[in-house]
Amino acid sequence: MIVAERKPLEQIEAMLEGMEKILVVGCGTCVAVCMAGGEKEVELLAAQLRMKGKLAGKKRTVDEITITRQCDNEYLDALAKYVDQYDAILSTGCGAGVQFLAQRYDDKLVLPALNTLFIGVAEEAGVWSQKCMACSDCVLDQTGGICPMTICAKNLLNGPCGGTDHGKCEVDGEKDCAWTLIYRKLEKLGRLGDLEKIQPPKDYSVMTKPRKHTHQAFQQSQQEEE
Amino acid sequence: MSQSSQPPAFEPKVVAFCCTYCAYTAGDLAGSMRLEYAPNVRVVKILCTGKIDEVLLLRAFEDGADAVYVAGCAIGDCHFLEGNLRAIRTVRHAQQLLAEVGLEPERLEFFHVPASAGPLFAERANEMTDRARKLGKNPLRETARQNAGGKLAREPDEHPPLPEAKHGRLTRHAERVSGGLSD
Repeated sequence: MIVAERKPLEQIEAMLEGMEKILVVGCGTCVAVCMAGGEKEVELLAAQLRMKGKLAGKKRTVDEITITRQCDNEYLDALAKYVDQYDAILSTGCGAGVQFLAQRYDDKLVLPALNTLFIGVAEEAGVWSQKCMACSDCVLDQTGGICPMTICAKNLLNGPCGGTDHGKCEVDGEKDCAWTLIYRKLEKLGRLGDLEKIQPPKDYSVMTKPRKHTHQAFQQSQQEEE
Repeated sequence: MSQSSQPPAFEPKVVAFCCTYCAYTAGDLAGSMRLEYAPNVRVVKILCTGKIDEVLLLRAFEDGADAVYVAGCAIGDCHFLEGNLRAIRTVRHAQQLLAEVGLEPERLEFFHVPASAGPLFAERANEMTDRARKLGKNPLRETARQNAGGKLAREPDEHPPLPEAKHGRLTRHAERVSGGLSD
């Protein structure tokens, strides 16, 4: 899931300078799970903005709505009847959601309320960690399900390097050495032989951005249309 | 200074979210014991302080409350095991949110008030009222009735029409489960 955190309120306030009618749009998918931009967080943010506006004696209206997803056009359509009434839309979606919203309503100012952090998992309540960097060429079959591209500070495909220090990384002593984790995992699985295979240099050309993907099932029909 | 130049006496409005099993029962006990406490406190009975949400707390201040407190069971005594522990975290978070807005976080507090502690209930009510008096009027009280927006109605997501089934009939979840989301 995409993990994000809310921007500092001062930064959001600065973005909204001079805006009188604001619509806060939440996203009910990833950012709702990481407690950054779901229905509840949108209610909190809107309440904070209303209170701050009143305390500063500003004439400001802040409405709120949360849609199922901001990265699908079908759900963005539901906002069509509202957006015209507002000076700005404050989106609590991830970076992708904000851009898609701005694209769908291209005559409106769409502002981000969150900082999008990474693709990660929930370690425990309220704690997330990065697990994948979307490299477009997964090697987890070779590394015991631990991603060297994400966990290793040097993105090494043939590790460990000389900087591994009792299971920690020389780059940051707080962080685990990915290749120590990989070794331990492969040892547990009885697959240490996997480490003897030399991984070829990674094809970074598949990582060029922005990437676009068409599902196999749709490729044929798309070609026919063309 | 003449008497007339004195500002009119300020009577704080204090909202108390009380757990039905402990603080609310303690309030009952305080009444039975004929204990006197500040009449400024408006008690809201809730099933468990674990139900308290930051939104509720913020909304109380948005609507002009001068102080708000959540009164729950002693540590280890929650009927739902950890509702009071969750409430403590919720209150701490709401205090941070208040500080961000520019309101004093001291206006919000969590207290443990066991069911047998009638005098403690009265003490906490007085303590919070005194605190509100010292902090002064909630600056949002004057504008509490001014409409500044709220939640917009959201239509349920539209489903595409169901395809014709060759055998039997396709049904949606809502048809099978009463009270489910309508199409």
